[in-house]
Amino acid sequence: MEGDIVQMGAYVGAGLACTGMGGAAVGVGHVVGNYISGALRNPSAAASQTATMFIGIAFAEALGIFSFLVALLLMFAV
Amino acid sequence: MDQFLVEPLFGDGPVSWYTPTNVTLWMAISVLCVVLLLVIGTRGRAVVPNRIQSVAELAYGFVYKMVEEVAGKDALKYFPYIMTLFIFIVFSNFLGLLPTAFTTTSHLAVTATMALAVFISVTVLGFVKHGMGFLRLFWIDQAPLALRPILAFIEVISYFVRPVSHSIRLMGNMMAGHAVIKVFAGFASLILVSSIGIAVTPLSILAITAIYALETLVAFIQAYVFAILTCVYLRDALHPHH
Repeated sequence: MEGDIVQMGAYVGAGLACTGMGGAAVGVGHVVGNYISGALRNPSAAASQTATMFIGIAFAEALGIFSFLVALLLMFAV
Repeated sequence: MDQFLVEPLFGDGPVSWYTPTNVTLWMAISVLCVVLLLVIGTRGRAVVPNRIQSVAELAYGFVYKMVEEVAGKDALKYFPYIMTLFIFIVFSNFLGLLPTAFTTTSHLAVTATMALAVFISVTVLGFVKHGMGFLRLFWIDQAPLALRPILAFIEVISYFVRPVSHSIRLMGNMMAGHAVIKVFAGFASLILVSSIGIAVTPLSILAITAIYALETLVAFIQAYVFAILTCVYLRDALHPHH
């Protein structure tokens, strides 16, 4: 019984951890949106900043990945 | 989710470190494809390249430019390492997209090995190049003095989190993409058991097609992101002063 409750808690927690994806989505969307708006203002400078954009995406995404990690730990390690 | 299972190639005994498994097989296929493209494909060394040679030259030039722009000119000494990582990940990701193939990069053991190799070599390189001066990476001179210890603390944490996010980003993207395709494939077979499948099956087949296209894009972008982050870490090791 107690084990069942722990497992239920782990699954609920794994589901809740997925809300972190929303944060990552907002972050990545913000980075790309600002890149696009900057690129449309000054298209000649856009190509030189794609690498920076991808680095920014990667850093914004890293925190979403931690929520995925938490979900995985709850599913398989607890 | 049996596409993610590691199984021995011959028989079904226990898996030890020396057992040839499907991971071994697909890694070998990736390496073989890399050799086919970069060694056999450029064997002609033609001035006007044929198709395979120009693909190899494009890949080489793409990574070369990326290292030069992101990590700086003095990082070009380490270009072969980044090229190796990038090409291997690209081929693993794309080969994993073939039906019934095994995606080696969807396993944390594979990506964590690559990320830890990058982390350790970059840290060692920083200490070899700058000695204890490498620790100035964590001490941000531009910040107000009172903030610096707090920032140093955050910087140290984010430094040690690097291999975690570096490896899980690639593994998570690959695994999640394949799992989503699998989920929609499960919906697509609904027509065999229930009449509601008449509506669901065509929709899910369309969704599989769209997600497959997205995954093809993601397979490339994740390899690119892995390589570009390696470049960023390399730049930090070569120039720890902000």
